Amino acid sequence: MGKFTFDNINSMYFDVLKEIGNIGAGNATTAIAQMLNLTINMSVPNVELKAVEDLGSAICPEEETIVGIFLEVKQDVTGSMMFLMRLDSAHYLVDRLMGGMAAGEEGEEFSEMELSAMKEIGNIIAGSYLSAISSMTNLTIAPSVPYISVDMAAAILSVPAIQFGQFGDNALMIETKFGDDVMIDGYFILLPDEDSYDKILGSLGISF
Amino acid sequence: MSTVIKVGMADLKTAKSPDSLTTLGLGSCIGIALWDPVTKIGGLAHIMLPDSTKIKNNTNIAKFADTGIEELVRQMIAEGASKARLVAKIAGGAKMFEVSGTTSVGNIGEKNAVASKDKLKQLGIRLLAEDTGLNYGRTVELNCENGDYLIKAVGKPIKTI
Repeated sequence: MGKFTFDNINSMYFDVLKEIGNIGAGNATTAIAQMLNLTINMSVPNVELKAVEDLGSAICPEEETIVGIFLEVKQDVTGSMMFLMRLDSAHYLVDRLMGGMAAGEEGEEFSEMELSAMKEIGNIIAGSYLSAISSMTNLTIAPSVPYISVDMAAAILSVPAIQFGQFGDNALMIETKFGDDVMIDGYFILLPDEDSYDKILGSLGISF
Repeated sequence: MSTVIKVGMADLKTAKSPDSLTTLGLGSCIGIALWDPVTKIGGLAHIMLPDSTKIKNNTNIAKFADTGIEELVRQMIAEGASKARLVAKIAGGAKMFEVSGTTSVGNIGEKNAVASKDKLKQLGIRLLAEDTGLNYGRTVELNCENGDYLIKAVGKPIKTI
């Protein structure tokens, strides 16, 4: 029984992580759809292991501006999680949330109001994601307030890359697509601390 | 014709005038630029973590400030640069999310900057300029002709250090 790392992952454990990712992303997507009153179409989330070095360009070219929402996670499971969106998706969601009141659709700048709407969206997405994992594993998972960054993709993704890079050479990324007439691409990155992976998998009856 | 050579994350490369070296979207990582003004040989390392001795998985030496800078200097000397003439400029080390400073996510950028400067000092390489910290990403480009280090950020004018 060894420590969990992404570098010695086998297909069974990968399937379990994939399933956790699927359920979490499904829950989160449903929550956002209800909030925004969207009739939702959702594709099966795509779970991928990426080399840490390639994470910066995993969503879009390195210098393209994206929106990143970051939350710390405490209690039984410790670590952090991120939800990322391309700029056009973020603008669309904020506009829907604010009932078409959002200004400056084309520009990259978000107003204070739009940023706080973004944070709220992040809060709901992350909260419902974590509660899915929590009820599946019977572990208590408490998220912090959300932090937001609108910046170059590679700069935002350096945060999870560094976290994963401390333990190994791979990062787990979950891509989800949802929407009605406009499809939104969202990306989840879960960053449990090293011990928390063992806890999550252990609570599901899997040991290393 | 001059070429712009791209350096990835946890990667390092050397180049000679008239070529330039660039790395895109530094967040909490650091872009360490070294330059020999006589031979006009430049080097750029994009490091992610401060200290290779604190991490078990440390096979990629370009990932860490300590081993990355050492390797960059070695490669530049092999290309014909003189260690005594090398000068340094560094950029990056941002805190991308305003999380509390005590967590590893909160202060990794600062730790990277400190470790990079410590290593340069230890090797006797003079630090000419730095643009580190704050809360935004940076794209950098080292011009091997004149040693200029260009810094681009979203919504900000281009800066040369």
